[in-house]
Amino acid sequence: MKDAILRTLRFLGLGFLEPVVRLAAGEDSKKNTIEILKKIVAPIASILLFLGVWYTGSKSLFNTEANYTIEKARKEQGQVEADKVKACIESGDLSCQPNTLPSPSQVWASYKLLLKDHNTITADKKAFKLRTAALNEKRVAQGKEPIVYTGRPSFVDQIKTSIKTVFAGFLLALLIATPIGIIIGLSETLRTSFNWLIQILKPVSPVVWLLLVFMIVKTMTKDATGDTSFIISFISVGLCSMWATLVNTAMGVSSVDKDYINVAKVLKLGALQKIFKVILPASLPLIFTGLRITLSVAWMVLIAIELLAQSPGLGSFVWEEFQNGANDSNSKIIVAMFVIGFIGFLLDRIMLTIQKFISFDKNEGI
Amino acid sequence: MGFLVKNGALETKKMETKAILQEKFPSKEVLLDLQNLKKVYPTPNGDYVVLEDLNLQVKKEEFITIIGHSGCGKTTMLSMIAGLNEISDGKISVLGSSIKGPGPDRGVIFQSPSLMPWMTALENVMLGVNQVFPHGTKKEREDICRYYLSKVGLEGAFDKRASELSQGMQQRVGIARAFAIKPKVLLLDEPFGMLDSLTRGELQDVLIEIWNKEKITAVMITHDVDEAIFLSDRVVMMTSGPRAKIGDILPIEFQRPRSRKAVLAHEDYYAYRKHLIDFLEH
Ligand SMILES: Nc1ncnc2c1ncn2[C@@H]1O[C@H](COP(=O)(O)OP(=O)(O)O)[C@@H](O)[C@H]1O
Ligand SMILES: [Mg+2]
Repeated sequence: MKDAILRTLRFLGLGFLEPVVRLAAGEDSKKNTIEILKKIVAPIASILLFLGVWYTGSKSLFNTEANYTIEKARKEQGQVEADKVKACIESGDLSCQPNTLPSPSQVWASYKLLLKDHNTITADKKAFKLRTAALNEKRVAQGKEPIVYTGRPSFVDQIKTSIKTVFAGFLLALLIATPIGIIIGLSETLRTSFNWLIQILKPVSPVVWLLLVFMIVKTMTKDATGDTSFIISFISVGLCSMWATLVNTAMGVSSVDKDYINVAKVLKLGALQKIFKVILPASLPLIFTGLRITLSVAWMVLIAIELLAQSPGLGSFVWEEFQNGANDSNSKIIVAMFVIGFIGFLLDRIMLTIQKFISFDKNEGI
Repeated sequence: MGFLVKNGALETKKMETKAILQEKFPSKEVLLDLQNLKKVYPTPNGDYVVLEDLNLQVKKEEFITIIGHSGCGKTTMLSMIAGLNEISDGKISVLGSSIKGPGPDRGVIFQSPSLMPWMTALENVMLGVNQVFPHGTKKEREDICRYYLSKVGLEGAFDKRASELSQGMQQRVGIARAFAIKPKVLLLDEPFGMLDSLTRGELQDVLIEIWNKEKITAVMITHDVDEAIFLSDRVVMMTSGPRAKIGDILPIEFQRPRSRKAVLAHEDYYAYRKHLIDFLEH
């Protein structure tokens, strides 16, 4: 029972809970207490430290900004006006708060606000659906387009869109980069002849890829109706992020252990057998390392690409909030920042878990 | 190279052994024939001649071992026989026809087990059997694999992943894989070199037991003099490189099947041992 729990925890990457389980099972209490201190208490302390630094930092930035505003009012409009501004800031009135790095509690409030907003919009959507259900049925029967909800997307909707885009881009990278990587890896000639192209294209910035994709997709979808911004952003994400997979796959395939290749030679395996039974399984760990990098790069560039392409998602959420400049915009941006970081971390964990599951070498992976 | 000029007695002994050999294998044809074999590795400081004028005939159903100093070119020679290494000059033929590249008629057991770690023991053996008996049914082929895996003492481990097996168990699978494809020649490059002495002894027994049944002509490199005497019909001694060749050949005339105990107790054992060690020390 205990071992099963431990194995599950380790598999989920929650190995740090191990001493708690062991302590609960009545094992060596001194050793496990030290382990708990090391693996659980210390990280929690680091979180508290982080929040503390953030709080003090935002407080001091707030004061600087507030003093500056008050000083400015005094210089330009006189003492009376300055006192009024000061009173307004101290009262906590939203209309005159200094625009600076928000404090942890403000960010937390914004987070709850965004969730509430999401619930409202979801309810709204549901109501809309109910209202239009009968009408839409009729319209479809008449061969007309059904009416769809066109209201503002909620924060959670934006997250979903972003995840959808990143997966589409990742899939595209996977479908392009792995086959090419395998082919290039198998042939030394191809490797040397295409190396320059890969080396040149690899460092190209996401922005340029976006523009390039925009040029092509814009022309190709001239007479198509519908949403091209999704197509543009996922293709750009795929093209930006596929290089790690391409390079790693080629390297994995070209550097398969010589012993395995010798076995394949002695047994006179056919080309396909050699590739599918020996080379690919042997290079799977490196291919997966590449895919892991690809997914994290995809997630990272996605935000920038959405921001530039004005396609819906977390990137445009951040951008709109920044442009919007409402008093809680800054804290919403910070919420988005944490969400982006957390999802990126989760994606990496998922890849790591799959990698552990597939890889024959159980010690692989960090 | 003291052994060549030692004295006449050795020469006489050699002639005697030749006669004995002919007596012992009267009808046995030459299965593996190395003629004037040469190997040159190009290096930045010019060509390095590892082997030159190397001649060796191995008869059918003979088990020979090769000993020689580290770096003299044993692995080079074996991988040339396997077809994994280019021949610079000379000829290697199996049953009279020159070899062309590697092939399953020459099975290899490498120093490291070289199993595909992502496959089970059975799948590893199947990989070769599928190639050699493509016309059998899947059941027939699996039965062949199971038979050989049982022969090497792995009844319970058919479906274990190779990566979960110990070094010794992995090398057992390696032995099963090599015998299961029924090669004409079996090439072994220090197959037990990485194992502890206890496991090494066990695996020598496994190897010789299965070999007694199958009698596949074998060429095995070893650095262990006792292993050489226990396993082989002839011990081939290579001179030190560069330009290594065959320095001396010592026939081991113990009855087969041999038991380790009987071999160790035999009165000739220490003479054989001394012969080999004298060669290695000069
Ligand atoms: N691919 C190679 N290129 C150049 N020199 C090599 C190569 N392989 C082996 N050698 C050299 O050839 C010699 C014989 O090597 P090897 O056959 O591995 O010896 P052994 O197996 O007897 O220890 C060594 O001096 C080694 O350095
Ligand atoms: Mg060697």
